[in-house]
Amino acid sequence: MQRDLARQFLYDIELARRFEQAAAEQYAQGNIAGFLHLYPGEEAVAVGTLRAADVGDYVVSTYREHVHALVRGIPAGAVMAELFGRSGGCSGGYGGSMHLFDRERRFLGGYAIVGETFPVATGVAYWLRMNEASDVALCYFGDGAVNQGTFHESLNMAALWKLPVLFICENNHYQIGTEIHRHSALAEVYQRACAYGIDSRRVDGMDVLAVYEETREALHYVRDGHGPCLLECETYRYRGHSMADAGAYRSALEVAELRARDPLLTFTQRALEAGWVTQEEADEMGARAGREVEAAVAFAEQSPPPTQLDKDVYVRPLDLYRGDA
Amino acid sequence: MANIMYWEAIRRAHDEEMERDPLVICMGEDIGVAGGTYKATKGLYEKYGAERVIDTPISENGYTGLGIGASFLGVRPIIEIMSVNFAWLAMDQLFNSAAKVRYMSGGQLAAPVVVRSPGGTAHQLGAQHSARMEKVFMGIAGLRVVTPSNPRQAYGLLKSAVRCNDPVFINEHELMYNMKGEVPDEEYFHPLEGSEVVREGRDVTLFGYNISVHWCLQAAETLSKQYGIEAEVVDLYALAPLDRAGIAASVRKTHRAVIAEEDEAPVGVGAEVMAIINEECFFDLDAQPVRVTAVNVPMPYNHTLEKAAIPSAGDVVAAVRKMFGK
Repeated sequence: MQRDLARQFLYDIELARRFEQAAAEQYAQGNIAGFLHLYPGEEAVAVGTLRAADVGDYVVSTYREHVHALVRGIPAGAVMAELFGRSGGCSGGYGGSMHLFDRERRFLGGYAIVGETFPVATGVAYWLRMNEASDVALCYFGDGAVNQGTFHESLNMAALWKLPVLFICENNHYQIGTEIHRHSALAEVYQRACAYGIDSRRVDGMDVLAVYEETREALHYVRDGHGPCLLECETYRYRGHSMADAGAYRSALEVAELRARDPLLTFTQRALEAGWVTQEEADEMGARAGREVEAAVAFAEQSPPPTQLDKDVYVRPLDLYRGDA
Repeated sequence: MANIMYWEAIRRAHDEEMERDPLVICMGEDIGVAGGTYKATKGLYEKYGAERVIDTPISENGYTGLGIGASFLGVRPIIEIMSVNFAWLAMDQLFNSAAKVRYMSGGQLAAPVVVRSPGGTAHQLGAQHSARMEKVFMGIAGLRVVTPSNPRQAYGLLKSAVRCNDPVFINEHELMYNMKGEVPDEEYFHPLEGSEVVREGRDVTLFGYNISVHWCLQAAETLSKQYGIEAEVVDLYALAPLDRAGIAASVRKTHRAVIAEEDEAPVGVGAEVMAIINEECFFDLDAQPVRVTAVNVPMPYNHTLEKAAIPSAGDVVAAVRKMFGK
């Protein structure tokens, strides 16, 4: 394990945790509206998978995607400003929390229809194959999404045409408020991939190192032209589904048990034991992440709102693309 | 000018665009090896190969979404959905992804996909294979809807749609693939917006689109010969956005309007055209506008009942005669 990488993981998780805490506070103050789905507890998945990916890989994510955006390198200020609905947001204030985009960083969106990411990411992979690119499309989804038809339709097509897509299941065991054994006949998501002859694996999604290593292997496999792969990360969210959900369907004991496996807690401990960071350095990292989040909030607060209502509905003027030929 | 069939016109547009630009692909059920249910992609598989002429599984939402995702990065897919009845299954991807992505990404992404699909009542195809769906598509911001009434439009609208950076839904008709018509020999790009006056007249405007343009033209002949009524016929080949100015201009001239559509009346094309007339030129009207529409029932199988469910040129004539008290 490289020391620098470990420190990167630690900073990423600190930033993620503090960013989401700040988002909750800003929501409570009325600066963020709409649906706000927070990520605490699941950080090891976004950090481990996206740090294993190349900058050339494409990301297609869900509506719980603030941390994916941050780890991908979208400035925290641009993400927070989007949550505020301001023009400095990464979607100009037109998307909101559930629709973060950054084309330059190959972050092709947060999508708020459960299961919508599968065909989109599979299409991105089709383009990659047409271009004989070595990049991979990373497709994020939750355990609730696997009962949508698009899951099966897309896995079939990705396998049929051997497309370079890595399906990453963030299995937090709840589709909104319904526990996985009550919504899925088969609770082991990775086993579903065998129906399409897709290589799949399952990893402890609370362990950032394990997620990182499994993702690296999976990406090698996909990049080598074997076709898609499915990686199931078993994780947990501490909060309710969204800010509108108190999560009362779960026992305090269950949440406490999972909190004991908290990725921030366990990875900090591990990094200290391995000598990757000192306690002082870890504290400083946390403080630095805190300052970055404060600056993000300040940026969002001073960013002006967008003003043009009908921008980007249709191409204007309607000039026809002529292509390269 | 070549006199060719509607399906040949569509095939020619595919071929020209695919030959010109390697990013243009086509996909759908049975369009490749089998050559397409309507022959619109005949021979393309042999010419361009399996990667660009994709025989898809029966997964309408899945493959439409795949085309949309690929289009975000520059692929220009022409997606054939074998029957518009199956396009219901693809509405999630069309409406939630394609139509909205430019807006919700703050202009960073676009979905330049073309979805072609035949609707309409053909020969006793029954309730689940006879739908007309244009009214559903035309209400979605971000999606363009065009509907060719002849081979020239079928060719030119597809050419333009492929090159448009918005998602375009092309509403074709089951009964029109073998219709013949003149198509220019040289490359032709039909406008994606506007309308066409296909017959000049002074007494009443008959608005039609796709197959109903032909009912209107036939009705106009009858009205002229038998009743001395000179009808103007306006072809609304663009359903979204609708040509407000063109609709208003014709009504200001004739002061009367009849809208003929194969779709059912509720929330339909005619309803929208009437709303535009009210908004733009209510005080130019000499009579209340009238819709000639299908009966609002699931399509019956029985031949006689099927005929009774959808309108015809005779119904357009009857509506105009009633308007004039003749």
